[in-house]
Amino acid sequence: MPSQLVDKYYRTESLPHIWCPGCGNGIVTRAIVKAIDNLGLNQDDVCIVSGIGCSSRASGYLDFNTIHTTHGRALAFATGIKFANPKLHVIVITGDGDCVAIGGNHLIHTARRNIDITTIVFNNNIYGMTGGQYSPTTPTGDRGTTAPYGNIDANFDLCNLAKAAGATYVSRATVFGANMIIKQVENGIKNKGFSFIETITICPTYYGRKNKKGDSVDMITDLKEIAVNKVSYEKLSEEQRKGKIIVGELYKGKRPEYVEEYNRMVESF
Amino acid sequence: MGTLQTLYVVEEWCKGCGICVTFCPKKVLEIKDDKVAIKDLKACIQCGQCELRCPDYAIYLGGQ
Amino acid sequence: MTEKIIRLMQGNEACVEGAIAAGMRFYAGYPITPSTEIAELSAAKLPRIGGKFIQMEDEIASISAIIGASLTGYKAMTATSGPGFSLKQEGIGYAAISETPCVIVNVQRGGPSTGLPTFPAQGDIMQARWGTHGDHSIIALYPSTVREIYDTTIKAFNLAEKYRTPVILLMDEVIAHMREKIEIPNIDEVEIYNRKKPKSSPSEYLPFHVREGDIVPEMVNFGEGYRFHVTGLVHSETGFPTNDHKIAENLITRLINKIQDNVEDIVEYEEYRLEDAEKVIIAYGATARSVKSAIDSLREEGCKIGMFRPITIWPVAQKQIEEMARKVKKVSVIEMNMGQYFLEIDRIAGKYTTVNQYGRVHGELITPEEIISFIKEG
Repeated sequence: MPSQLVDKYYRTESLPHIWCPGCGNGIVTRAIVKAIDNLGLNQDDVCIVSGIGCSSRASGYLDFNTIHTTHGRALAFATGIKFANPKLHVIVITGDGDCVAIGGNHLIHTARRNIDITTIVFNNNIYGMTGGQYSPTTPTGDRGTTAPYGNIDANFDLCNLAKAAGATYVSRATVFGANMIIKQVENGIKNKGFSFIETITICPTYYGRKNKKGDSVDMITDLKEIAVNKVSYEKLSEEQRKGKIIVGELYKGKRPEYVEEYNRMVESF
Repeated sequence: MGTLQTLYVVEEWCKGCGICVTFCPKKVLEIKDDKVAIKDLKACIQCGQCELRCPDYAIYLGGQ
Repeated sequence: MTEKIIRLMQGNEACVEGAIAAGMRFYAGYPITPSTEIAELSAAKLPRIGGKFIQMEDEIASISAIIGASLTGYKAMTATSGPGFSLKQEGIGYAAISETPCVIVNVQRGGPSTGLPTFPAQGDIMQARWGTHGDHSIIALYPSTVREIYDTTIKAFNLAEKYRTPVILLMDEVIAHMREKIEIPNIDEVEIYNRKKPKSSPSEYLPFHVREGDIVPEMVNFGEGYRFHVTGLVHSETGFPTNDHKIAENLITRLINKIQDNVEDIVEYEEYRLEDAEKVIIAYGATARSVKSAIDSLREEGCKIGMFRPITIWPVAQKQIEEMARKVKKVSVIEMNMGQYFLEIDRIAGKYTTVNQYGRVHGELITPEEIISFIKEG
């Protein structure tokens, strides 16, 4: 018998999920569900929208209004859903390839509109579903099946990207700090505007193996060591900052939200 | 919650990654035949770290 | 009794008026010549009638947004042209497999690629049919006058809802931009098909199960207490993905058959001076207007010629074209492309009669004079 949380919010008949042993996606998905539970949202009022990729399979396992869309377009579908029915809490589950490669333009425009959608990126630094090709977040020098000699691309800082594009809640957490993900998703949903939560997850099967990062336990242990909050990070020397990632709530802003602005325009007639 | 909780394992969902075993602060768990097993329930402090990081929803704290 | 409303209206405007009459209350689009007025007029009108307009960042985002809106219960539309229609194909496939009603307007222009942005062409006939990957059926309508744009836009919405499918409205640049005097029908006299409320309760609801006697599965909207899953993957009646080969075949076959089995309900066409015709021209859209004029002239000279004008381009009016082909000596397909609908007509009529084609791709309308000399020569 599953836990009460899983029993209530998952379509348990579709479990176990397709993710590999030690994949962090299940950890992030549970954290999202826990946040929804903590907020006491009615399942009928929540819409989970996902794109294509390993992480985007999450929507099928969850007992809400769910839609598994096309590659990169989750935010565009979500925009249509939220704009059409603003009563729905629209939560987007997406991956690094889905959200910032093929879907990168949709990300910046959804952030620009500051439409009330909460986006959780499962960043595992790799294309997992297709077998380990380098993604826009694969660190320079790391390997993927399409970067057999090491990745020569610069990698995106997703949070800086989302902030620059206009998101009004931007945060980052790792699967080691899953409690932090829960809190951030809660705050992201509460934010009336576009919320962007980058979760650093692990892909032991492809990214881990290709880059000799060890197994899932080693990879999570690594995350524990490299994740620092903003205050601590600022105290570190240039040398000490190497390889570290900043976690926590990185930006909170206030800007008009898209649907509210639309309604304001309509009321002005 | 004031109620006493205990550990449950959903064996058929466990993929044996060992994340829960590693991050259990009291060494309550072990991997046995590729599945999680409760080694020392008395040592459990009900912190929920195992449930928090189990990618497969195969271990959790529930009411007794 | 209400007075007749007579208006001088542009084709693109008639499309928006028809859409609104049909119940369109959600529009997402990206500007592109020669369809842009459809976005502009939707932007002006929808906020004033309780509707929603959004300009998205590209054509793929636009069709994605209307699919999302449709899933919440809205009648939704997007409009585009040539290069944008290429981008719409991704969403058309998604709408087809997820059975999400929506209307995609394609005001055609010269192609391929950026082509001839401000000139007419009829080069997207086959793209409308087969543009998105994978086996599927499609409904595509093709009006020929401004008034007909109004009517076929309404029909497009009705068919989209009735058959739970994307419907493509193909338009010609010249008619989209041309102004004609039209009489707008009284809204009470217009037949509007609305999505049926589900008979199933949330607990027994199977989102992709077709009830006995129904054509399509019951459609419920997101946020109404039925928590179902929508995916572009092959799925079972439950809505959840599967790799089961039998379920895959059943699904794709059902999606094709829900349209192919109802061709008679879907097809609409005009027959012009066909009674005693020995020669028939098949033409659609703006070209059909030149053809009509050419036929009138040829008839004056004693030529027994008529026209069959499909308004429903896809599915093709196979039965009617076959019957006609049996009776005539020659069928000529005249179109602003190098032989697209010809392929389909030749497939159907070629067994019974001679089929030839006259096509131009120079960005100008085919004139009645050209048609007359083609018929006389051939």
